[in-house]
Order: sequence, then structure tokens, then C-alpha cells
Amino acid sequence: MNALLLPTGGRVVVGGYDTAEESFVWEIRRMAGMVFQNPDNQLVSAVVEDDVAFGPENLGLPREEIRARVKASLEAMGMYEHRKMAPHLLSGGQKQRVAIAGVVAMKPDIVIFDEPTAMLDPEGRGEVIGIAKQLHREGITVLLITHFMEETVDSDRVVILDGGRVAMDGAPAEVYRQTEAIRALGLRLPFAVEVAAALRARGLPLGEDILREDELLDGLGQCLLK
Amino acid sequence: MIRDITIGQYYPGYSQIHKLDTRLKILLTFGYMVSVFLAKDFLAYLVIFLSLCLVVATAEVPFRFILRGLRPVFLIIAFTFVLNLFMTQGTDLVRIGALHITREGVYTACYMALRIIFLIIGCSLLTFTTKPVKLTDGIEALLKPFVRFGLPAHELAMMMTIALRFIPTLLEETDKIMKAQQARGADFETGSIFRRAKAMVPIFIPLIVGAFRMASDLAMAMEARCYRGGEGRTKMHVFRFGRKDAQALALFCIYLAVILVERIFDLQTFMLEMLRTFGMI
Repeated sequence: MNALLLPTGGRVVVGGYDTAEESFVWEIRRMAGMVFQNPDNQLVSAVVEDDVAFGPENLGLPREEIRARVKASLEAMGMYEHRKMAPHLLSGGQKQRVAIAGVVAMKPDIVIFDEPTAMLDPEGRGEVIGIAKQLHREGITVLLITHFMEETVDSDRVVILDGGRVAMDGAPAEVYRQTEAIRALGLRLPFAVEVAAALRARGLPLGEDILREDELLDGLGQCLLK
Repeated sequence: MIRDITIGQYYPGYSQIHKLDTRLKILLTFGYMVSVFLAKDFLAYLVIFLSLCLVVATAEVPFRFILRGLRPVFLIIAFTFVLNLFMTQGTDLVRIGALHITREGVYTACYMALRIIFLIIGCSLLTFTTKPVKLTDGIEALLKPFVRFGLPAHELAMMMTIALRFIPTLLEETDKIMKAQQARGADFETGSIFRRAKAMVPIFIPLIVGAFRMASDLAMAMEARCYRGGEGRTKMHVFRFGRKDAQALALFCIYLAVILVERIFDLQTFMLEMLRTFGMI
């Protein structure tokens, strides 16, 4: 999606640019920022603020602009007070927030998260997902690659890949309705969906579109009231 | 624990010396080293010593820090001292069997030992008062003129930056591997030197493999952030040569002039002559 790897067949088009076209590579990479799995292996500098400045510096922006962007994106990630720290002294979630700040400072239209939470503890995971939602509210397209099904329920569209092929594609409510098909792919359903399905099988009249835990609780409440 | 190792010996502070332009500091350190080699008698050493004291006091670096910087080279200093003490020909002072200490020997030994001490203190003052990251930037800025002759200044600086960033990560990794091996019964602490060296092999191999993996991940992350070498790249931190820097440079020039004048006119001999003439010694 950001021309690091090129497709072996077919075409990938990002914002109207074909990734196979070499002259677009840098514009595509600016437009589609990427946050990787390992928070340690994607930070370049031994100082947080210098690391955030790395992307804008590569774009050849003027100094004042870089400073303004670094400050803004660190503040947006709640890491401004840590700007002089060394990354190895931060927690996993904080490192990941620095990495996101570095991507945001390039003002991308799309941010691709490649399993950003796989190496984090639950707290860090919550931080990162919260930020992904925040970016989405600000009008940035968020593409989240994950193995944690719970992280997908708030998205607009879920695509399930199986061996490099699209197995399912649709809104979360649609996709998770097909409980049997998902289990057949070796995946687990999000917790609330799983519980709701089990309860429904036992004869509880729960609604169809339960994805989150609070929706499950509401549904249960309504069942009890009836 | 292995993770507690701190690399570099930066002493955090906000003194005038800390705030100087890094480029100037590097150049002045070189200038100072030349001046130490220019000094050829103890009067010049006195000048150097007093100037050093002045800089140390301004830098607000504690004295024990300075001494700690000398510790790794203590052996070299001691060796130089002893060698010069016994090997210099001249008038005998003491004679122990085949060994003899001469008047000239004592003089040269003190002279050489002091020279090394002055050099080390001067250089360590640079690293005490400059963050490694800034030092890297400073070196890049200073090497820039040589890019024309094919020197990869930006690449060198980038390598240093990444090294600084990954040293703690690699130490952490080493620690993890050692723990993993120990959990499976590896023994790093007992046995002969050879045995222990051999026990290190299973640490280094995973460490090297890990380093390669890190490098490839990092390269990917850097490219994803539009890194394409030094060309067309701007920098957030720009060095500025301010009034304080000009003052520091002026002071250094005076210092260098004093050392030069002392050397050219041989002021030590002159002053000793004067003192002798007036019957003070």
C-alpha cells in the first residue's frame, strides 16, 4: 500500500497513484504513513523529538514548519512532555505513540497500522487503538492490520484475509453475522459476538447486531425487562 | 546488571560551555590538542592547567567526574611515566642495580604523563558537555565541506545516530538472550577463561541474527517515512554561531597566542634567568 512491496499481480492504487509507477513512490509514502509492529525497530533517533522530526526532515520542509509539526503531533499523542527523552526509557505504548507522532507529522491521508498492538500489554494496546480512533475522527483514513478481533468492531469495513486472498469483506455487523464461516477460517469472533451467539443458541431473544460488550449488556437488560 | 551501562559520558547541565555551538566546541578541542603538543616546558603547562581549571569551573562538571574520565587510561599514563623515568639518559639521581633514575628522566616522565592527562581531560570535557546526538550533528556539519571530495558526511552521521539509538536496545537484547540461555542451564560465570569465552558463542550468534533483523525492520520503517539519503533533506536543529561563541573563540585565540609566544621566545628560560639575576633563586 505504500510501495515498500510491489504487487506480484494486479495493481495497487493509492489516492489515484499507481504504486508500480516509480515517480510516485515518495508522494505515496508521504500520503500513506505506516506504523509497524515492533516499537523498537522503527524509531531512528535517540531523542523523541528528533525522531518525530525525521519524516518531515526527509520531506525537505523548512525548519519552522518542522518544529511546528513536531510540536503539534507530539501534543496530539500526549507525548510532548517526553520530547527530550530517549526512546528506550519509554514503555511500549509510549514508543508506539512516538512512532505514530512521527507518521502524523508528515500529514498523511492514510495511516496503515501493521499489527501495532501485537507486542504491547493491554494498557498500551488501549492507548494505540484510542489514537487510531482519534486519527479517524480527524479525517485520516485508518487501515488497521490485526489479529485481535475486538479491535475491528469500531471500523467501517472489515476485510478478512485468508492465505493472501480476501475471504470476507463488509461492515463489521455484516461480517460477524456469519459466525460459522469465520470459525471455519480458524478465527475467533469478538468476545461480545461470541457470547451473544451462544446465548442466542440457548434461546435468548438477543438482537442481531451485537458487536461490543456494552451492546451485549443492553441486549441482556432488554431481555430481562421483557 | 548489563542494562545499566550508560554509553557516552554526558554530564547534564546548562552551563555556558554546554550551550556553546557544538561545531565550535569540536574545533576548539582540536585546537587545544595542538596547543598541548606545542607546549614544551612547564611554564606553558601552567598556562594550560589554569585554562583547563577555568573551563572546568565554567562547565560546572564535578571534579570526580573528570577523574573518572582518566581512569580508563590510568595504565597508559603509569606505563609512560615509568618507562620515561628509567629509560632517559642523563645525570643519575638514584641507582638500583641495573636501573637508574636520572634528573632528565624525572623531568621527561612528569612532562609526558602531564601531556596525556591534559589531552584526556580536554577531550573528555567535550563529551561531558555535549550530548552524543548533538556531537553527531556537529560532526556532520563540520564534514559537510568535504562532501565535494566524495566524503559521505550525511551517511556517517546517520550511522552514528542509529548506533546511539540502538546500543541500549542491543544491550537489552543481550540481557534477554543471556537470561534465556541461563534458564536452559548455560553457565557464564565459572570455569577457565577459555570455557567462559566459549560459553559466549551461543549469545553472540542470536545477537547478530537479531541485529540483522532489527536493521532490516529499521530500513523498512525509514523508507516508509520517505528517507532517501541526505539529498533534499532539511534539519530541525540548526547550529547558530552566537555572541557567546565569538567570545569563546576570542578567549581561545588569546590562550593559543600565549602558548605560541611562550614557545617561540622560550619565556620559561627567560624568566628563570631573570629570577636568577635578581637573586631570587
